[in-house]
Amino acid sequence: MRAFADLLDRLSLTGSRNAKLTLLRDYLRQTPDPDRGWALAALTGDLSFDAAKPAFIRKAVEARMDAQLFRWSYDYVGDLAETVALVWPARPGANREPELSEVVDALRGATRADVQKLIEGWLDALAPTGRWALLKLLTGGLRVGLSARLAKQAAADVGPVPVAEVEELWHALHAPYEDLFAWLEGRSERPSADNPGRFRPAMLAQAIDEAVDLGKLDPADHAAEWKWDGIRVQLVNEGGVRRLYTRTGDDISRTFPDVVDALRDEGVIDGELLVLREGKVASFADLQQRLNRKAVDARLLAAFPAAVRAYDLLAEGEQDTRTLGFAERRARLEAFVARQASPRIDLSPLQPFQSWAELAALRADPPAGDPQAAEGLMIKRWDSIYQAGRPKGPWFKWKRDPMLIDAVLMYAQRGHGKRSSFYSDYTFGVWTRDAGGARILTPVGKAYFGFTDEELKGIDKFVRDNTVDRFGPVRSVRAEPDAGLVFEVAFEGLQRSSRHKSGIAMRFPRISRIRWDKPPGEADDLASLERMLEQPGERDQ
Amino acid sequence: MIRPQDLLCPRPEGLYCPPGDFYVDPVRPVARAVITHGHADHARAGHDTVLATAETLKIMAERYGADFAQARQAGAYGEAVARDAVEVTLVPAGHVLGSAQAVVRWKGLTMVVSGDYKRRRDPTCAAFEPVPCDVFITEATFGLPVFRHPDDGTEIARLLRSVAQFPERSHLVGAYALGKAQRIIRLLREAGWDRTIHVHGALERLNGLYERHGIDLGPMAPATSATKQDFAGEIVIAPPSATQDRWSRRFPDPVIAFASGWMQVRARARQRGVELPLVISDHADWDELTATVAELQPGELWITHGREEALARWCELQGVPARALALVGYEDDDDG
Ligand SMILES: [Zn+2]
Ligand SMILES: [Zn+2]
Repeated sequence: MRAFADLLDRLSLTGSRNAKLTLLRDYLRQTPDPDRGWALAALTGDLSFDAAKPAFIRKAVEARMDAQLFRWSYDYVGDLAETVALVWPARPGANREPELSEVVDALRGATRADVQKLIEGWLDALAPTGRWALLKLLTGGLRVGLSARLAKQAAADVGPVPVAEVEELWHALHAPYEDLFAWLEGRSERPSADNPGRFRPAMLAQAIDEAVDLGKLDPADHAAEWKWDGIRVQLVNEGGVRRLYTRTGDDISRTFPDVVDALRDEGVIDGELLVLREGKVASFADLQQRLNRKAVDARLLAAFPAAVRAYDLLAEGEQDTRTLGFAERRARLEAFVARQASPRIDLSPLQPFQSWAELAALRADPPAGDPQAAEGLMIKRWDSIYQAGRPKGPWFKWKRDPMLIDAVLMYAQRGHGKRSSFYSDYTFGVWTRDAGGARILTPVGKAYFGFTDEELKGIDKFVRDNTVDRFGPVRSVRAEPDAGLVFEVAFEGLQRSSRHKSGIAMRFPRISRIRWDKPPGEADDLASLERMLEQPGERDQ
Repeated sequence: MIRPQDLLCPRPEGLYCPPGDFYVDPVRPVARAVITHGHADHARAGHDTVLATAETLKIMAERYGADFAQARQAGAYGEAVARDAVEVTLVPAGHVLGSAQAVVRWKGLTMVVSGDYKRRRDPTCAAFEPVPCDVFITEATFGLPVFRHPDDGTEIARLLRSVAQFPERSHLVGAYALGKAQRIIRLLREAGWDRTIHVHGALERLNGLYERHGIDLGPMAPATSATKQDFAGEIVIAPPSATQDRWSRRFPDPVIAFASGWMQVRARARQRGVELPLVISDHADWDELTATVAELQPGELWITHGREEALARWCELQGVPARALALVGYEDDDDG
């Protein structure tokens, strides 16, 4: 438990992806089975408990210490698990720190009443960091800023093997993954991925560089289709098991029973999850109504009917089709989708074209209907097999141009990790009028990338030289019509948002240019953003 | 009947002793001062006369120049010094080099002004000595049950493990210039780290002073000039503010560490951009504060500064009369 607690402790304060990978990979290498497997399961979300409610923990600690002293402590720390971990008045006794696997085993066999006694015993035996990790695990609050994918990457690094191999196996494996580690460490054969209903690692496209790539590619070798504005999914019906997975292999079947039921024949479809009404794509906000719900009811299913728009066919019946070329897979996909005869599964149409210029025109000016809400185009080699990961060459995405505005820097905040000495997180605003009619800035977004290290130094100096106020790590920066700094901000779309004072939220904003030359008074105003509101954007990279 | 407040009482300048006509750790210039230790918020320049340990006087001279007071008197640990009708004895406080409790005796009444103190071992200063007293006057910087400092050896081991795990990065440890920096260096030496330790310029004079007092800090070099890569795999010690400043940019992708009792609370570490918090403090934690009161069994406890309400509440539950003096001017931020 101690090594696991130390790992969580470090992860919770580590910002950089590489450092997180190092921490986790080293832990997996140095920790014996089955502890490391349970830890991996906890980090990938495959192990969670709901063994202790906050009220129980509070009661347990208040039975041992003055309630007023506890309240002051909690007020100061602000997090229940952390407070209890620190203040816990341990009873002396012959307590041995439990290993993670002992905790897991004990909880599995325990009744509700036993659980409380067990937890108190463990809290007595553990040091504060161990208590913190235990309480986070037991209350299901294990958030240390680590994605399941990164955890799988760290496991793959133990081999090392490509992460796609671990992803492909993942759904055939069970915690604590002793067979996985045996294979990674060369002690046994690769475990069988033959698990009906499993997730197949997705094939991803590279962003196209128009200047470099297009000249080298022959239009006749490629197919084109729209990149729809939903989330990329995999719909599976195999050996009687039906599943819907996200692009990273998260199982979302329970949230989308309507889509899962629509796939009658055995096979695996790669497609885009959308809300479709009468075959027309609804906004991403509609899809979010479904994505955010754990439980679904008939009313929700009727109001936000979800569907999969199919891009590709990864298996048909018993046959794995991923080794076939795209042309062949596509022909099979068209017939397969037609056989399902369901409004919940339709086909993403191909866009015939003769030249790149023709395709560019299509992209710049999509025809009426759904394509206007697409994120851009996908370009796929007719002969491309379906390869996990992001191979260079076979598939490209050609996104629509981002939207641009000129905005004024208002606040700057210190960054993390190697940027912690720089003011590198920026809040920017555009002009509007206050109740009295005066022209004022209103914040519309935050960005922390899009500039070079050299540019960062320049902005950092500007922030330090033009600070008008400070609150903690944040500085308020001079921003007046003729004094301040203008950013050209690129973003992928806008949404109405009641959480933002401006009423607008940006998707994927980043600094595209620093306009040292531009007086802030000439930056955009809120009205020009509102006009952009209905235009599409993109997500799900 | 002699009352404690006749011997010591809070005034805006600090804790005042009328029958001895002196202040303890005054925050403004006064005629006669008794200084418990060299931290800037306790030891200020500009008093007429100062009574302190020889080490504290040297630290003040290093900081403020030799003429920081018109007259200086060194008190050896355990030696009684007369101040008019009052007898003042300096006794080790275990906080930093030269730190002392001021034991004040008058007409059979004993009051102890502890200054800042801790109870655990520190290889750079003399250990705290408990003195039986009628009134114990304590700080409460970490006077909340959440502050329970772990063993400093485990914290140093965490630092060294991180250095081994990230050999391509440098480890930049923020440590207060007086006491904490030297203690960290000593603890690293005890843990077997014998490589050159790189230090920020602001630490050099106090490091030299510690070495002149027989505390061997091992090979050190200024953290300047060299190319970025020279610091990969190295440990650099700097004042806490420097780790967040432009100064830190000379190091390759540094792991920012901070040695302080405040690092016990994750949100505090996150707020400062600290990636590796080291919970090492020169102050008493909650357990040390309460254990000290329980050990001394003073007739009354006075609390000078810090989180007074929680410690007062604990005393109330234990039946020890406690009084919060709410003295102002004693920082509790970097001196943790
Ligand atoms: Zn101090
Ligand atoms: Zn102090």
